[in-house]
This record gives sequence, structure tokens and C-alpha cells, in this order.
Amino acid sequence: MTTTTAAPTATAVRRPPELEVKGMTKRFGSLVALDQVSLHLKPGTFHALLGENGAGKSTLVKCIMGFYSPDHGEIEIDGTPCTIASPRDAHHHGIGMVYQHFTSVPAMTVAENLVLSRFDGSQFLINWAKERERLDDFMQSSPFQVPLDVPIAQLAAGQKQKLEILKQLYLESKILILDEPTSVLTPDEADEILSLLQQQVKAGDLSVLIITHKFREVTQFAEEVTVLRKGQLVGHGLVQDLSVADMAEMMMGERRELKVVDKVTQEDVTPVLEVHDLSANKDNGLVAVNNVSLTVNSGEIVGIAGVSGNGQKELVEVLAGQRPSTSGQIKINGERYLATRKEMFKHRVFSLPEEPLKNACIPQMSVAENMALRTFDQPPQAKGIWLILNAIRQAAKGLVQQFSVKTPSIETPVHNLSGGNVQRTVLARELSSEKINLLIAANPCFGLDFAAVEFIHAQIVEARNRGVAVLLVSEDLDELLELSDRIIVISSGQFLYESPIASADFSAISHAMAGH
Amino acid sequence: MSSPAESALGWWGVLLAILAGTMRGGTPFLFVSLGECLTEKSGKINLGLEGTLLMGAMSAYAISYLTGSPWLGVLVAGISGLALGAIHGWLSQQPRVNDVAVGIAMIIFGSGLAFFFGKPFIKPTAPQLPTIDLAGWSQNPAVEAALKISPLFILGALLAPFLHWFFSSTRWGLYIRAVGDSPAAARAMGISPFKVRMLSVMAGSFLAGIGGASLSLYYPGVWTERISSGQGLMAVALVIFARWNPLQCLLASLLFGGAQALGPALQSVGIKEGYYLFNAAPYILTLVIMILTCSPQRTLTGAPGALGQEDA
Repeated sequence: MTTTTAAPTATAVRRPPELEVKGMTKRFGSLVALDQVSLHLKPGTFHALLGENGAGKSTLVKCIMGFYSPDHGEIEIDGTPCTIASPRDAHHHGIGMVYQHFTSVPAMTVAENLVLSRFDGSQFLINWAKERERLDDFMQSSPFQVPLDVPIAQLAAGQKQKLEILKQLYLESKILILDEPTSVLTPDEADEILSLLQQQVKAGDLSVLIITHKFREVTQFAEEVTVLRKGQLVGHGLVQDLSVADMAEMMMGERRELKVVDKVTQEDVTPVLEVHDLSANKDNGLVAVNNVSLTVNSGEIVGIAGVSGNGQKELVEVLAGQRPSTSGQIKINGERYLATRKEMFKHRVFSLPEEPLKNACIPQMSVAENMALRTFDQPPQAKGIWLILNAIRQAAKGLVQQFSVKTPSIETPVHNLSGGNVQRTVLARELSSEKINLLIAANPCFGLDFAAVEFIHAQIVEARNRGVAVLLVSEDLDELLELSDRIIVISSGQFLYESPIASADFSAISHAMAGH
Repeated sequence: MSSPAESALGWWGVLLAILAGTMRGGTPFLFVSLGECLTEKSGKINLGLEGTLLMGAMSAYAISYLTGSPWLGVLVAGISGLALGAIHGWLSQQPRVNDVAVGIAMIIFGSGLAFFFGKPFIKPTAPQLPTIDLAGWSQNPAVEAALKISPLFILGALLAPFLHWFFSSTRWGLYIRAVGDSPAAARAMGISPFKVRMLSVMAGSFLAGIGGASLSLYYPGVWTERISSGQGLMAVALVIFARWNPLQCLLASLLFGGAQALGPALQSVGIKEGYYLFNAAPYILTLVIMILTCSPQRTLTGAPGALGQEDA
């Protein structure tokens, strides 16, 4: 993908308008998502919106974009108050948003998606010759390029994200709101895109409001920062005046020392998980995992890094028994492993899959029942064919206390719990067994607040110190660099880089994530 | 449909009969499958087209009989399809409502309405749609009968490439595809999935109504309660077979029409054994298609992403 700086276009470039949000409040039932939040986005600035998960950042920008209508509060554009009732109104005022989850139609090509996103409802026919010309001109003058005739479903995640940004530029948005745009990009791509946008902001063509939780992006690209915590505005200032510690304190509400989890050096090292030449396919029949081999020893954390969509999801599904492999072998403790329940019990294999509500819980069943899923067919929770419900309940009560699961009762259906507490439920079930040999974790901290993330990280390292072999698959590179003993990079279904963490080279990892 | 002239032609007669049957029997398949294709492209399954077909057949016949104009009958058949489609479109988009359940209910509702209002029209004969005779050059009455083409068939055959062009080169066509593939993406672009799907279901139902009109005003050209051979239900299989491509719907409809004509065609040359088996040809074809196209390994290419999903 070639990158060129924006050439001056023939049409007059409008200055981005000034956006002011005053006293915005939004409630969902009894939950106050936003409480009197104000934001001032000056024209031609790069403004960061900082806050941990659940702080209200997404809610605020969705109110600005017209997805939600706020209960109180005003939006002023260039000093005039206006109501934004739908994304169309937002676009009319020049505000566009790049979402965290792609909003392109997968079956249509890039060209069709770009044409579709323009709102002139007057035209019935699409003159493809004229549109192609317009699109080609636009691509020439835009900061990065995406092939026009490829269906979205076939684009890599990085290209999809670039397309989302291009779509907004094509629509001539002057205020660009980016919701965690770099979570699906390699570090190199993230830097590339953000610096190109920064150039446009400096040239006065664009204002950018970026939602992020990465301090590095704030300090490197943003000029101003607004911090939210639990739906309230808790801080605001120029980036040059604030240190990372100041911003962290505003985000979390207290000055915290990041707890470093101590790792214990291991004595006996035996291989627990051995994967030989494993291959697997995606749902549509294309190859997802391509002849990979790896070994995980006892008492070590092996991290697999990679951008979403490169085969890690399918690899974890094969190890968990959710997907058949097309070739290759898995061995645990030297014996062939086919992920049957008996083998899982015999070899003490436990897993923390991603999207736990979908992959590790039965949503309609209660917390107690979900916590019993590993043990309900063994005594003391079973006697012959009968379930001993009392034993199940007692065990659940103990686990809820030990792992601080916030739930109204153990009979509550697990889908009523918040994301963090669903993950704690799964954790309680998987990590409470006396003897664990192998733990497979995939994106265990996705979407969770700092307290939950710290707790889970501590649990994983503690398990490692006890001698458990841990395979940690994650899209968060920082998490892997912090926890792993060895790091592997997966790209297009193959392992492209492997190294012990002490000698790991960050730039080599970035390059491998991009497929080089 | 055998006659001495036809049996005299021998095996040529069978081929001619199949050709004629392909066009005659294919016409209702064509309209219903194009209608279902349009509906499914927007992400909704309309199983109720069987009821719409019957309602269309009945209303076309009734209006043709009462006013003397078969074309007015065709129009009213389409309008009755619009009405049934509006009910299905609204109901199936309510929260937590399942497409298939509504569809089955609409089959029962549509066919019930048709049979109830159609009782007085079973005996009388209504004016039929005019046909275009292509076989002026032939003396043989069988050949003449075989090459009588209905303008409805020609209309349907032109509709297929029109729909294909519509989906790729018009704004509305893109809206329908967007809503059917990813309603979240469509909403983000300011498109209302509810409105688009409502209109698609209604338009698809309009076409199915016309398909029903072809049954009672073209071939077989009568109104009875047994006039439908399940074309409405088979259309769903047909659309999957045609991979949601209108041009392939045309080809598939001709295939199904031909399969339907197999039994009577063979009968015309005196092959009476296995009569019921040959008449079962279209249904066996449907089953075979469903079995061949389902797979635990792969998702079907070309299927609209949001088809049959209840959320959004």
C-alpha cells in the first residue's frame, strides 16, 4: 500500500467546524452512562478522549453522531446549537465516525461501499463510469490506498480499517471521530495511519477526536486530552502539560503503582502441549491454520501475538475441540489429544476462550450451573445419574466469594452479569481445580476494566508459578510482552517469529505481525 | 395432455411437450423465485409465498371473470400479493419474531382466504390471457400447442436480467444488498433496514401474486383448490440453487418447469408406468438440491449475510 501525502484538491477546502458538547447526560434504564459531560473540540486539533472500558467514551460519541439521543445536554457547531437526531444529520454537519467494528457490507466491493455511503438520495441510477472516475481521482489524492474491486470480506483487518477512514474522507467529513482505531492494526500500520491523519490536522483540513486507552497514542499524536471516568468528566488539558502518570491517575481515580507480578524460575521443565503440523480451515473452507507446530512446557507462558483474523481464533477452537483439524496432531503429556471430555479431565486441560458468554458459558443457565460445568458428572456433585444440587450450590457459593464475582445470587442467569463478572465466573470454574496441567487462554481481558485485568493477569502468572503450562493467545501486544516467557507471532495461519521474551525484538515482532 | 397427433410424433412429441411444459410450468416458478430472490437479498425469508400464489391465482381468476379483462386480473393478483407481503413484512420484523413461523402462518392464512373467497369461481370459466403463437409455420396441432407462449413468460424472462442489473447499478439495489448482508453497516450509513425489508418483501410478494395469476389465467388456466403444485415452497429451494442470482433463477425455473412436464410428456407417448414417480420429479429435485447444497464445513457463497437472523 503506497502512501502519499494529500495533494491539494481542486475544490475549496472548508475549515473544520468547532464542536462543543455541553452538559450531556444519557441514561440507560437505571445506569447513568454519561453525567453532565462537556467537550470542546477546537477546529484543526487532534483531541484524545481517554478512559477505561465502561467510562462512557463510546456513549458520548454515539450521542454526538446521532445514534443515541441524550437525555440532557446541547451540541453546538460553530457556536450555533443544533440537534443531531441521526447519523445523517451528523454527516450534514461534517462529522463522521470510524467505528471499532467495521461497518462495511462484506459481500460488496470497496467501490460499491464507497458509493453507497454517500447520502444523495436523489439519484436512482448509478452511473458506474462516472463513479469510477470520481473514485479513482479520490484514491489518487488520499493518504492511503485500498484496491477498489475487492469484496470487503476478502480484505485484511488493516485494510478494512483504512477503508473505514477513507470512507469518511470520501464523504468530506471535517470532524473525524475514531473509536479505538488501532486495536486491529499492527503497530507499524497504527503509526502510519495516525501520523498521516496528524499531517492533515496540522494542515488545517481536519479535526480528529480519537478514543483510545493507549497512552502512547495520546502522547505521540494528540494535542489535547479529555478524560472520563464512570460517565463523568474528570480531567482535561493539553498533552504537553500532562504526564502519563497524571493521565493514569485521572483515568483510574487514584495514583496507582502498576503491580508487577513476580515470576518464579521453574525447576522441572517437561513439555505438556505439543502441536505437530496442525492445519485447520475457516467456516468458508479457506485455510486458516497452516501447518503450525509448537511446544508449551510446564511452568511457562507461551504468548501468540497477531492481528485479529490471522488464524488464532481457529487454532484455539481446534485445541478446545470446537473445530476439526484437517491435518496434524496434538499431543498432551505425550498422548494423542482429540479434545474429548474424558481426555480433558484426564490431562487436566482448562481453557479461557474469547467471548466467554458465547464460548464458555450457557447464557440462560445460572451462575451455579455454569460453575459446575467441569465437575457436574463427578462426585461429589453427582452420584450415579443423579445430580447433587446441594453440592453444586455450595461449590458455587465458595467460588463466588473466592473470585469476587458480583452477582445478585448464584441462581441468576449468567447472561445478566457484566462482561467482567462473566469472565470471573469462567475463571473461577477453570482455575479452582486442585491440579491444572494446561491452560489455554484467548483474549482473556478484552473489554474489561483495569481492576479485572490486573486480577486476571495475576491469576494467570500465579498458575504459571504453580507449574501450569499456559498458552496465551492475545491481540493485545502489551499484555503479551508483560506476561509471556516466550512469544510467537502468527500471520496468515503461520508462525513467523518465535523468541524468548528476554531477546524479543519489538520491531521484528511488528514486521512479523504485518506478514513480513 | 396427450392427443393422437402428439403420440404420432413419437419421441419428438415428448421433447416438444417438455419444451412447452418448460415454458408453461416455468412461468409460476419464475415469478415466485424472482420474488423470493428479491426478498431474500434483503435478508428476509418469505415462506408464505405459497399462500400468496394461491391468493393471486384466485383473485386473478375472479377479477377476470367479473370484469372480462384478464390483464386487470393480473394487476389485482399483484395487489393482493402486495397486501399479504405487507402483513408478512411488518410481522416478521417485530422483535423476537421468527421468519419461518410467520411464513408458515401466512401460507395457511393466504390459502384459507383464497379458498374461502374462491368458492363461487370454481365452476365458471374466466377469460384467459392471450398467447402469442409462434408456430404459425406448422400444421401439426401438437407443435402449435407447444409453441404458444404467454406474454407473462416473456415478461418474467425480461424481469430476470432487469433484476440483475437493478442489484448492481441502482441505488435501491445496493440498499437491498447492504441490508441483507449487514444491517448494522446499513444502519451506520443511514439506511433503514425496516423500510427496505418491508418494501422488498412487498415487491417480492407482488411478483408471487403475478405468478399465481399465471396459474389460473395461462396454464392450467382453471381455478380449483388443487391448482398449486407447491411452487411457492419450492421457490425457496430454487433461490438457494440459483445462488441468489436472478439470471440463474431464470435457468433454474426452466429446469423445474421441465421437470414438472416430464410426467405428462411421457404419458403422451403412452408410458403409463411410473406415472407418479415422474410427477414427483420436481420435488425429488428440490430434495436433492437441498441435500447437495448443505454442508457442515462451508457456508454458502452468495448467501446474504443476515438471512434468517432474528437480531436486527
